[in-house]
Amino acid sequence: MSKEKKIRVVIAKPGLDSHDRGAKVVARALRDAGMEVIYTGLRQTPEQIVETALQEDVDVIGLSILSGAHTTLFPKIMALLKKKGLSDVLVFAGGIIPEEDVPALKKIGIREVFGPGTPTSTLVEFVRKNAPKRK
Amino acid sequence: MPPSARIQQLVSGVLKGDKLSIARAISTIENNEPEAQKLMALLYPNTGKAYVVGITGPPGAGKSTLIEKLVKEMRNRGKTVGVVAVDPTSPFTGGAFLGDRVRMQDLSVDPEVYIRSMATRNYPGGLAKATKDALRVLDASGKDVVIVETVGAGQSEVEVVKVAHTIIVVLAPGLGDDIQAIKAGQMEIGDIFVVNKADRENANKAVSDIEAMLELAAEKTRWKPPVMKTSAFTGEGIAQLLEFIDQHRAYLRTGVFDERRRERVENELIEALREKITESVLNDLRSRGEWERLARKILERRTDPYTAADELLSKPLRFKTKKKT
Repeated sequence: MSKEKKIRVVIAKPGLDSHDRGAKVVARALRDAGMEVIYTGLRQTPEQIVETALQEDVDVIGLSILSGAHTTLFPKIMALLKKKGLSDVLVFAGGIIPEEDVPALKKIGIREVFGPGTPTSTLVEFVRKNAPKRK
Repeated sequence: MPPSARIQQLVSGVLKGDKLSIARAISTIENNEPEAQKLMALLYPNTGKAYVVGITGPPGAGKSTLIEKLVKEMRNRGKTVGVVAVDPTSPFTGGAFLGDRVRMQDLSVDPEVYIRSMATRNYPGGLAKATKDALRVLDASGKDVVIVETVGAGQSEVEVVKVAHTIIVVLAPGLGDDIQAIKAGQMEIGDIFVVNKADRENANKAVSDIEAMLELAAEKTRWKPPVMKTSAFTGEGIAQLLEFIDQHRAYLRTGVFDERRRERVENELIEALREKITESVLNDLRSRGEWERLARKILERRTDPYTAADELLSKPLRFKTKKKT
């Protein structure tokens, strides 16, 4: 892999949340860690998120959700990623996600779920360690 | 060495317009992977068909939002469109926040539109080093129009003249019109001037400021850059802007285009030579220890960089291409 390679991340807000402070904090932390962060803006459909990940050739997707719609939206996103040939993209989630929902989300391929109060350094380390080493 | 199976696959994917292939091809170039040059060599014969529109102007003028509206109008007219949007890389951390898509959300699921955000990776001039080739990938993929958005630019971000056919300078009322209007650089590269956010106050004043400045332009060409108002918010002026793009395109067809193309090709060849000659001469000097010897000499102030360079040039140059791994 050449030295120019940078980790590319899309930070996306699926669903109808109108609040993206957390997503922006995460985007900022990853940027400050030297990554290229693509921000989608609010109210994204699963199709929009996956299409963005595809066109931007990202290594990582961070999903931020507060509305409680993760149980419907996340499986759709994961299925679409597979369909588009993006199964190797690292996906993590954050926001307000109840503890009891986490095992089911991990089962569909979401690698980690970060709750409120997670230090940004934990996130940065997680992404660095787990971003796919593509050729 | 012939291109690898991966590169061949990427090329045939790009030529078919496959989005994943386009995405990976652009990354290959952006990351300067070992086979990037081969990839571009294979795509090059298939380029030159798309019309390239450059959008530049200061931060906050509404470039991304205007692009969304412009692309929608182009789609209504049956054109397929590619967009490359460039944002700055932090010189301190090497990271970048690429936010242009936020303003182009409605376009992201249109199958005939491809949008790519790109960080400058500290390349000067308002574009990234890989932007030119990224535009070529989109061109080769069959897009009718390719739009490139520069970083929010001041007076010196004029690299876009090397890649675009028509350059639109986007300004907004109240951005210090009087001063902007007399400065060099940006104001000299526009083929069309747009005062966006025309729904706001002082739009007419901005238009007349720019017009007055253009009157003073030293070099008169047959193309007189129009100055117009748009509102990405209300949609005002979008159709008119497309008309102006078409008119400029027709103007270029009168022979100006061929002239410019020749000039660009020569400049690119010079750049490529400079890069490759420098690299291979440096490789040779380093491998013979000559580099180290001269660097020390300069450090000890027994010579200066220019005299040292003359000393090197007084002997026959040796080239050594480093095998890329």
